[in-house]
Amino acid sequence: MEPRPRSFYVLSAVFALFLLFLYGPTLTIAILSFQGPGGGLTFPMRGVSTYWFHDLFAQQAVGDIWGSFGRSIVLGLMVMVTTVVVSVMGGLAFRKRFTGSGVLFYLIITALVIPSILISLGVGLMFSQADMTVHWATSGFGAQLTWTLPFGLLIMFAVFNRFDKSYEEAARDLGATPWQTLRHVVLPIIAPSLIGVALFGFTLSYDEFARTLLTAGSYNTLPLEIYGMTTNVTSPVLYALGTLTTLFSLAIIGIFLALALLGSRRRARAASDAGKGLL
Amino acid sequence: MNPSAARLSSRRRAAPFPESVAMQSRPNLAGWLMVSPLALVLAVFLVAPIVLIAVVSFWTATEFSIVPAFSWENYDFLFGSSVTYRVFLNTFKYAAIVWALTFLIGFTVAYYLAFHIRTQTWQIALFLLCTIPFWTSNIIRMISWIPFLGRNGIANSALLSWGVIDAPLEWLLFSDFAVILAFVHLYTLFMVVPIFNTMMRIDKPLIEAARDAGASGPQILWNVILPLTKPGIMIGTIFVVTLVMGDFITVRFMSGSQSANVGRLISNDIALLQYPSASATAIVLLATVLLTIGILLRFVDIRKEL
Repeated sequence: MEPRPRSFYVLSAVFALFLLFLYGPTLTIAILSFQGPGGGLTFPMRGVSTYWFHDLFAQQAVGDIWGSFGRSIVLGLMVMVTTVVVSVMGGLAFRKRFTGSGVLFYLIITALVIPSILISLGVGLMFSQADMTVHWATSGFGAQLTWTLPFGLLIMFAVFNRFDKSYEEAARDLGATPWQTLRHVVLPIIAPSLIGVALFGFTLSYDEFARTLLTAGSYNTLPLEIYGMTTNVTSPVLYALGTLTTLFSLAIIGIFLALALLGSRRRARAASDAGKGLL
Repeated sequence: MNPSAARLSSRRRAAPFPESVAMQSRPNLAGWLMVSPLALVLAVFLVAPIVLIAVVSFWTATEFSIVPAFSWENYDFLFGSSVTYRVFLNTFKYAAIVWALTFLIGFTVAYYLAFHIRTQTWQIALFLLCTIPFWTSNIIRMISWIPFLGRNGIANSALLSWGVIDAPLEWLLFSDFAVILAFVHLYTLFMVVPIFNTMMRIDKPLIEAARDAGASGPQILWNVILPLTKPGIMIGTIFVVTLVMGDFITVRFMSGSQSANVGRLISNDIALLQYPSASATAIVLLATVLLTIGILLRFVDIRKEL
């Protein structure tokens, strides 16, 4: 191997600093959430305890953290499933040109770049004008889809751009119906990337703030609840909650990555039997 | 498409006439059916809200309700107020500064990952390390700057103990500095990912050819890598610029309500139930963002870059 140039060491240092910049603040509040009962929002630590975590589980003076956590999870799962199904169908449809595909593509880009407050305001107005009450599972759900679907579709476009069509041709030549081709050839091949779409769907919904702000109605989701806390809670209990929900997000990411890894291992083991057949 | 597949499809195209007619109409219908859920969601939750905002922007408001009308009042007020221009200018200022910083950091990080890390396993591992924060909560990531930037925060106590400053700096938290820091912290990933993606597709022999032809390191960077990375840079730019221009929560939280951008103007109107006025501002903001993106899209074909 050729020796590392000097720039490698400089850039490694820059990269390490970048990681510190990314993770440092989160690690700091993780440490500070173990403040002693008399501790404040910044260092020094006044003792080490799990007081603030207990405080989270105790009777709540303000708000409804656990209720909002539950709603966020349910909403995240709803958005995740919908994003995967709609993105796959959309991705399949976009492989062929159809009337209006250009317009629809630009709508997807618009959904991606539109300031989230417009979605919040517009959906909120629409529901109030139609005399419907905004609710996280209806208006909130739809508003979040405008953010998760573009990501899901862009991933599907990228996947199908790299898709080798000869597999389908082969299946068709062997007499498979379109549905059989889809079920037994296309879907198994794209399955790993669906894990990615699902991860985007869940986490983007779980953390979404701006698009849910005016569309969640009287029951808050977790990010709304946390934002509400920032204005009236000035104790490390805020950090304890932040640490817990970050840990939850990391666990979700870990599960999805493990699934992806497992899938690719299984594929590698059960891959091609070409050349091993009877000659 | 490989040769045999090309042959196959050309054979199908040569199929008897009735079948080819059937094949032309059927995929169109199937495509429409498959894309209908997507079209429905976008129609109800994207197009309809935009149309409604456009309509309401011509309505008038009383203290308690909004009244259908056709009046230019909201736009007159918006364009007649010097606050509007200041706030729009401020929004562009945030976008420009944050763009420059995220581009510099994002390009450097992507370059390091793509050209200095030699094994794919490490590349993927380090890339994931960069992207994981993207899947965690933005609100929490903003809150997590408080212990750093506060009056008695880590930054101030460190600077004090090193003797760099005599009194704690007041402008660290709740200032434009904090706003820009938070933006860069939240959105640099949106630069790293697309730039890394295009860099990974650069043909390595091209760089060797440049080196063989006598190009120096900086020359390769400037004349080979940078032009080939342009599509990724453009996509990253679109993300960062639209996220910063459309933001209202980061500015409010990190500036302690002391700075304003267009998003905050809208959310303040909403808080006062002045929906028509909020809608007019929203329409102008949307037009500004779409115009910016339209210009940027002239430099890149997104569908080709995926």
